[in-house]
Amino acid sequence: MPMKALTVTQVNEYLKDIFSSDPLLSGLCISGEISNFKRHSSGHLYFTLKDQDSVISAVMFRSDAARLRFMPNSGMKVFVTGRVSIYPKSGQYQVYVSAMQPDGIGALYMAFEQLKEKLYGRGLFDPQHKKPLPPYPGTVALVTSPTGAAVRDMIRIIKSRYPICDIIVCPVKVQGEGAAEEIADMIDYVSRHSLADVIITGRGGGSLEDLWAFNEEVVAEAIFRSDIPIISAVGHEPDITISDYVADVRASTPSNAAELVVPDQAQLRAGLKNAGRLIEKYQHDSISALRKRVADAAGRPVMRGPKEYLSERRMDLSVLEDRLASAQRLALERRRREYLRLAAGLDALSPLGVLSRGYSMATSGDGRIIKSVGQLSPGDSVVLRLADGRAECTADRLLPDRKEKKNG
Amino acid sequence: MAKKFVFEEALTRLEEIVDQLSKGDAPLDKSLELFEEGTALIKKCGQALDKAEQKVELLVKALDVPEKVPFEEVE
Repeated sequence: MPMKALTVTQVNEYLKDIFSSDPLLSGLCISGEISNFKRHSSGHLYFTLKDQDSVISAVMFRSDAARLRFMPNSGMKVFVTGRVSIYPKSGQYQVYVSAMQPDGIGALYMAFEQLKEKLYGRGLFDPQHKKPLPPYPGTVALVTSPTGAAVRDMIRIIKSRYPICDIIVCPVKVQGEGAAEEIADMIDYVSRHSLADVIITGRGGGSLEDLWAFNEEVVAEAIFRSDIPIISAVGHEPDITISDYVADVRASTPSNAAELVVPDQAQLRAGLKNAGRLIEKYQHDSISALRKRVADAAGRPVMRGPKEYLSERRMDLSVLEDRLASAQRLALERRRREYLRLAAGLDALSPLGVLSRGYSMATSGDGRIIKSVGQLSPGDSVVLRLADGRAECTADRLLPDRKEKKNG
Repeated sequence: MAKKFVFEEALTRLEEIVDQLSKGDAPLDKSLELFEEGTALIKKCGQALDKAEQKVELLVKALDVPEKVPFEEVE
């Protein structure tokens, strides 16, 4: 049975799928030399990359080529990053280049990335280590080259914005052999002697190699160590260096650093004026608040008319007196009723009450009550006590009851 | 030691005064005092800005004692 035939397109598409599913081929970095360089009218770049033994085709599309920071050409050694894939129409595999650097700079670039990773890992970029800039520095140190436009620009700008602060130019070599060490030593020196309230370190624009000192570890370490806050101001806006990451503040250019380091006197003067208005207002407010308190106190009744106030108090007093008197009366009345009630109770027990009902009581001459005929002898005088008076009698005959006799 | 800058102290004190007065709870004599002090500070700060004499110096790294000489701009 013959094998099923595939079309050429199917084969190429199949290979393309395999290429694009391979993780290494879909993102790699290749070093090599450019040859057969052609810039197509469409803006795409076509070339081959070669080393001593081999060649590989390469294409860089216009959109990627537009981001190149140098002009590639045949004979140039480069690093390219991109993916390897198949162009089905020709059946050729090639590198689709997304970025390219000249070889020498590529090495620097890698060194930069590696140092960045390392220092990041050690926490040198941590926001917690960032020192705030002093709002009104007395002295600004410029750790930079004493010649050239950068130092002049910074002095000019600081002078016009905030003429009240002093500037110390701390001269260092900013490029070439030993520059990084000089910068680092100077930062240490200024910090050790507390020569300034804030430091700007940096330089004007230049090539990546020119700016390189600010990508060195010694400089990063010195910036990190400094007790004085540091602004890093290296090159132009797009240039980013390691010192920018470590410094307390990154300025896009030296001029920008000069603007960041001191306040603007125009704003300061406006602020002073405003403060003057504010304290005047607060003063006015607090005095009128006190005035109001005085007025409120003066408006109180006792202050308004003391006589009237006193007569009112007097009336209050007489009302109280009345209430006291009537309370007293009530209390007396209650006591009196109580007394009458008790007196009535006593009345019921009194022998006088019995007499009023028609009984009488016999007493002897000496006032003893006679309860028995046995106490009497015939002829004894007896006083009869009646309800409304007494009668003196004589016991003529004694007639004890029989029962009485029997018992007696 | 870096020069302790009077201007900064004056501004800081001024901010304090504005703050205190804004609360409006100081006794009258105290607040009058603050007001006068604040007004004087504003005047002094303005004068300091007007009369500022900026020193631009070049550091000469001596072995232990830093020296400074006037900075002459080099073209």
